[in-house]
Order: sequence, then C-alpha cells, then structure tokens
Amino acid sequence: MDPGVEEDLTPDEITLTDTPWVTVVWNDPVNLMSYVTYVFQKYFGYSKKKSEKLMLEVHEDGKSVVSSGTREEMERDVQAMHEYGLWATLSKSE
Amino acid sequence: MAGFVRHRRSKRIIATMSGFEADLLRSLAAQLVELLRNEAAVPSENADPLEALFEGGDFAGPTTEPDDPVLARLFPNAYQDDGEAASEFRRYTESTLRDGKARAAATIIDALEDAGLPSEPGSEELTIDVELDLPTAEVWMRALTDLRLALGTRLGVEEGDEDYWYALPDDDPRGQAHHIYEWLGYLQETLVHAVTA
Repeated sequence: MDPGVEEDLTPDEITLTDTPWVTVVWNDPVNLMSYVTYVFQKYFGYSKKKSEKLMLEVHEDGKSVVSSGTREEMERDVQAMHEYGLWATLSKSE
Repeated sequence: MAGFVRHRRSKRIIATMSGFEADLLRSLAAQLVELLRNEAAVPSENADPLEALFEGGDFAGPTTEPDDPVLARLFPNAYQDDGEAASEFRRYTESTLRDGKARAAATIIDALEDAGLPSEPGSEELTIDVELDLPTAEVWMRALTDLRLALGTRLGVEEGDEDYWYALPDDDPRGQAHHIYEWLGYLQETLVHAVTA
C-alpha cells in the first residue's frame, strides 16, 4: 500500500538538514565589545579571532548568527546568552 | 581608582576601591537583588492552588514579558515571532535565570564585605582591597553586566550618545547616574582585561 505523502507538510517541516535552528545575538548599546568577545570565546569555545569577527558583526550589522543546531541546543545557547546578559533569540535557519 | 588588575604571582584578580566606591557598588548590587527577587518570578502564593496545579505546579514560571523595562531587558523574549514558544521558554527558564542573576549580584556584596566593607561605613577613610579568584571574577563580570544593563535601561542609554550626557549640568541627577554607569563600564572593561590577559 502506498503510504503517500501528507500534502500539507511544508518544506520547512520536512527539511533534512540536521542544523535547522540558529542562535542570533543582537546589538545593544550597553554591552562592551571586549565582554561580548569574551563570552563567545568562553561559552562557545571559539577562537579569539572568530569571536571578534562575530562581535563586530553584532556591533556593525546589528546582529549575528553565533551558533546553529537542534532547537533544544539553541534554546540552551539562548538561555546561556541571557545568563551572560547578551540579547539573544533563536529561530529557524533561513 | 585603578580598576582591576591581575596579580602576576598569585594570578588573582585585584582592585583597590575607596570605601565610598565599595559602598556604592554594594548598594547597586543590593538594589538589583531586590528587583530580581521582589517581582514575583513564580505565580503568587495567593493564586488558586488548583489553578497552580493545572499550570504545572513547581515548574510553572512566568509566561509573559516582565512589565519593568529592566527586567524585560534582562529576560528578553527568546523567540521574536512566536509568542507561544516565547512563553513556554520563559516558563521554564526565567526563574532559574533570575535566581542566577540574584546570586551573582549577591556575590559582589559578599566579596566587598569579606574585603572589610562594614555594614554602615562611618566617616573614616576606608580602602577596600577586593581580591577575586578566576571563577569569582567571572561571576562579577556577569553581575557588572546586569548592573550596567539595569542602569543603562533606566537612563535610556543609546549608542554614541556620550555628548548628550557630558553636556548635562554637574548637578543633574541623570548625569550623575550616567557617571556611575561609566564607572561600572570601566570596572567591567578592566575586569575583562585582567581575566583574559
């Protein structure tokens, strides 16, 4: 018997990529550039160079994607960013 | 004051503050603890116990963004375009986050008092030598961040607005508060530098 395909499944829901969610850190006028860089190094284990690049994206573009993974992983990252006082959200990867 | 430095031999992170500065920092940290603890993070005790049970009992945290702009900044929505998911996230995280932030601010108070800050500083000249190990220094970094977020949000600090603040008359309380905000920024900057150097 043909199991068929549910026609109302949108491409988003049947995506095969294993990292469909991202954590975004947004610019704010308070946090110091040195501190934001430190947090990226400390929490994500990124190199100083990569952390500075992400920090500059946040500062200059207003936001930066700092990690990607499962929804659960991204919720953990966002919670950690809030713990550090960074303004972060998670969303489906574009 | 000279901000934080890393002691070359002991590797400890140290700062020397006046009694006035230490007392000011303690007072700010205490205000933050009070703000975090006062605005009930969990449904109030007067809430219908049956309702509380249905809402998930002990796991039920708040589901809506805090009214206070400082708390809204400290606990922002985790989802921008999905109110339901944002509520769920908040329900399971905000109480924990509040508790962690309150404990971090209390760590500042404890360290200052351990360093000899009396509960009621008198008129005598005091010097407080704060000495932090690395893990405690990192807790201070988070707490100083929260203090700056709180003060910056109350003041309405924006990117590149320094000229506005510097133009305020000396006796303007907002200008004085901004001066404290900048001092906290200086403490934070030297602390990050001392930790990463």
